[in-house]
Amino acid sequence: MVYQLLDENGLCQYYDLSDMPGLTAKGQFTSDRYNYLDHAVIQEQLIQFKLGDQAHVTFYLPQIHCVSCVWLLENLSKINSGIIHSQTHFEKKEIKIVYHPSHISLKELVQLLAFVGYEPVIHLGGNDWLKKKKVNKIQLYKIGIAAFCFSNIMMLSFPAYLSKDASELGSLRHFFIYINLLLSLPVLLYSASGFFISAYTGLRQKWLNIDAPIALAIAVTFGRSAYEIISQTGAGYLDSMSGIVFFMLVGRWFQDKSYDSFAFDRDYSSFFPLGVTVLEQGKEVNKPLSELVKSEIVLIKSDEMIPADAILLTEGALIDYSFVTGENAPIALTLGQWVYAGGIQKGRSIQLEVVKPVGQSYITELWNSPLLKTEKNVEKSFVHPWSQYFTLVLLSIAMVTGIYWSVYDTHKILPAVTAVLIVACPCSLLLTVTFTYGNVLRWLGKQKLYCKNASVIEAMHKIDTIVFDKTGTLTNHDDTQLEYKGITLSKEEMIAVKSVTRESLHPLSQMVTQFLKLQVADITSFQKLENFIGKGTKAISGAFEIIIGSIAFLKEHGIQEGKVNEGSVVCLAINGKFKGVFKVNHTYRIGIDKMFNQLLKNGYHLHLLSGDHPTERSNLLQIIGQEIPMVFEQSPSDKLHYIQHLQNKGHLVMMVGDGLNDAGALKKSDVGIAVTDQTHLFTPASDAILEGNQINLLSEFIFYAKKAKLIIVLIFVLSIMYNVIGMYFATTARLSPMVAAILMPISSISIVALTALLSYLYSSKIRSNN
Amino acid sequence: MGVIVILIIVSVFVAGGFLVAFIWSVKSGQMDDDYTPSVRILFDNEPVKNKK
Repeated sequence: MVYQLLDENGLCQYYDLSDMPGLTAKGQFTSDRYNYLDHAVIQEQLIQFKLGDQAHVTFYLPQIHCVSCVWLLENLSKINSGIIHSQTHFEKKEIKIVYHPSHISLKELVQLLAFVGYEPVIHLGGNDWLKKKKVNKIQLYKIGIAAFCFSNIMMLSFPAYLSKDASELGSLRHFFIYINLLLSLPVLLYSASGFFISAYTGLRQKWLNIDAPIALAIAVTFGRSAYEIISQTGAGYLDSMSGIVFFMLVGRWFQDKSYDSFAFDRDYSSFFPLGVTVLEQGKEVNKPLSELVKSEIVLIKSDEMIPADAILLTEGALIDYSFVTGENAPIALTLGQWVYAGGIQKGRSIQLEVVKPVGQSYITELWNSPLLKTEKNVEKSFVHPWSQYFTLVLLSIAMVTGIYWSVYDTHKILPAVTAVLIVACPCSLLLTVTFTYGNVLRWLGKQKLYCKNASVIEAMHKIDTIVFDKTGTLTNHDDTQLEYKGITLSKEEMIAVKSVTRESLHPLSQMVTQFLKLQVADITSFQKLENFIGKGTKAISGAFEIIIGSIAFLKEHGIQEGKVNEGSVVCLAINGKFKGVFKVNHTYRIGIDKMFNQLLKNGYHLHLLSGDHPTERSNLLQIIGQEIPMVFEQSPSDKLHYIQHLQNKGHLVMMVGDGLNDAGALKKSDVGIAVTDQTHLFTPASDAILEGNQINLLSEFIFYAKKAKLIIVLIFVLSIMYNVIGMYFATTARLSPMVAAILMPISSISIVALTALLSYLYSSKIRSNN
Repeated sequence: MGVIVILIIVSVFVAGGFLVAFIWSVKSGQMDDDYTPSVRILFDNEPVKNKK
């Protein structure tokens, strides 16, 4: 059907463009799913701009993965004339559509996108385009201006450096000098303004951040140069000044690599749907979620998320809370029981009566916890502990120099002292740090660990405790295996059971069917079959009376078996006799045993917090290899308090988790890593996002982050060499502009090259394990 | 020698023109997406129309 649509519109090129165009095109979809898009309130939230008969809207399409996607999405106007123009942003996986609302409604637009296989992900609240950090244009302006001025000043300074003496140039000298002065003004006043502002802000708060000595150096350099030029005593050091400003700005820009298609700041509103079906006087009406109030009756269909705490009004609820609490198996609930927001209904449609508005449900309250009020790992204009010492050392050298020259030759005090302040600029420290972090962030990203910003790397140095979640973090959400324990079944028995379980839609029944399919291929008929949704199936097939389901279900039918544990088991009884259980085994991710081993060897304190039942305790002990604190059945707020407790004892904690149930803990911990298998969908607020199958490299990642500090120290020591040479010239009052102009680019470029080299070399451990 | 003064002034203006162009491109959002345009230029203009 999709092919037909493309063909009719002459878009068959789609298939030529890439080897595997498209994904499973969802040619069929329920058209009521998007009814909430007809609501003016919701339209207002989504439509960015509307004037006359033109509207702009941006959607997030995680399915964009190749060239053909871009091509198809940008040719949408050929499929529907209501669409004027569409433009994609590949890295952000977004599409911006300009359309005529009178020709095509927002709902039809979304339906069209879903039809060709690119169903937009639309969520309540966090519609990312609203909150998205704007590309830092100002940073680019500053770099552009600094580059322009720096290169021109450098060029215009050459004649003065390369001429034999002052007289060769004659009056041109003045011309060059004054142009240089003019060109240095935008650098001082605009490009370098960030340093001055940050230094001033720091000083007002009574501390010296790294920008303070930098601002001082820039100011002194300019001051001395301006004085020399105006009093015609020299040429000034404007080329060094503008050059260093340029390099430092580039360093900062390089460090600020942002991963556009990830969101590190999601709260609950990003997971909940935008609209919900409400029953008003027996009629189904689609309402925006924000308008949902207490005691309204909502209809939740299969695979839909429950938007608010509610009471069950109908039978047949089978709720999958794995994302909220971490429990692996869906829970069957009966009439009148409470149902919590965030769970996903796995059975057929149910009706619920809302008890708490969306913002006050059990899960969303977690975000309002007072424990989560402090900010951490904020992107800050770089504060380094050494910067305090640096300024002190700098000022003391300047003082000593000044005192020395006041004794020997008072004319040289000012030149010497100002030269010291110019040369000893901690610019090389800043350059080293920014370029190192920039490189480290990139290498980590290449291995699928995406950090929010450079402060996260620093935080990773200091942690001494790591807390793991189980479901979804150590296990793979999508990979579960069945195991049968009990009296061996005969071939006929297996065939009979399989024929019966085929008829049920329960995910566990499906798994049993798949499991048995591997053993027997035949199917037989059954004479009687009753499905009790959420509990089990009772059937008669041939000579067998089969009862299969939960322990409670078997108990109801008079079959007791004391030895069965809680957890995801499907019990089987044939002809009144208990036969055995089908156990759901979680597959643990590959390599985590080695990972635990290494972490323990390196002296980290490890903890395990899970929302699931303790059935896996022995398996986990085997994998981890030694006793570590393992706590089960933890609610999201239990996890949060556990982390707080550890922090109160003075530990610096890293939390590794996934899902809503870890959201509080991830936020509270000093470093929160969200593990996910679908990197572009559900990740709670975290400091870093890690792709699930790379979690076995956790120890190597931490090791690499620690190496970042080592690299900085090594290269800084090297750059001190340049400083020492420059200092020699400066303290002896022999710092000519030419010397300064040579030292500066050499040191900058060598720093950049060396940080890149060392970051690459140290990253071998995280790269080789593929 | 005086001609150098003129030359330098002119060249600074030309370079300034490029700076203005850069600032303009950043402002108009060309630098927001540095990947997709590279892919976009490879597309053909008009797909062949097969009217059935």
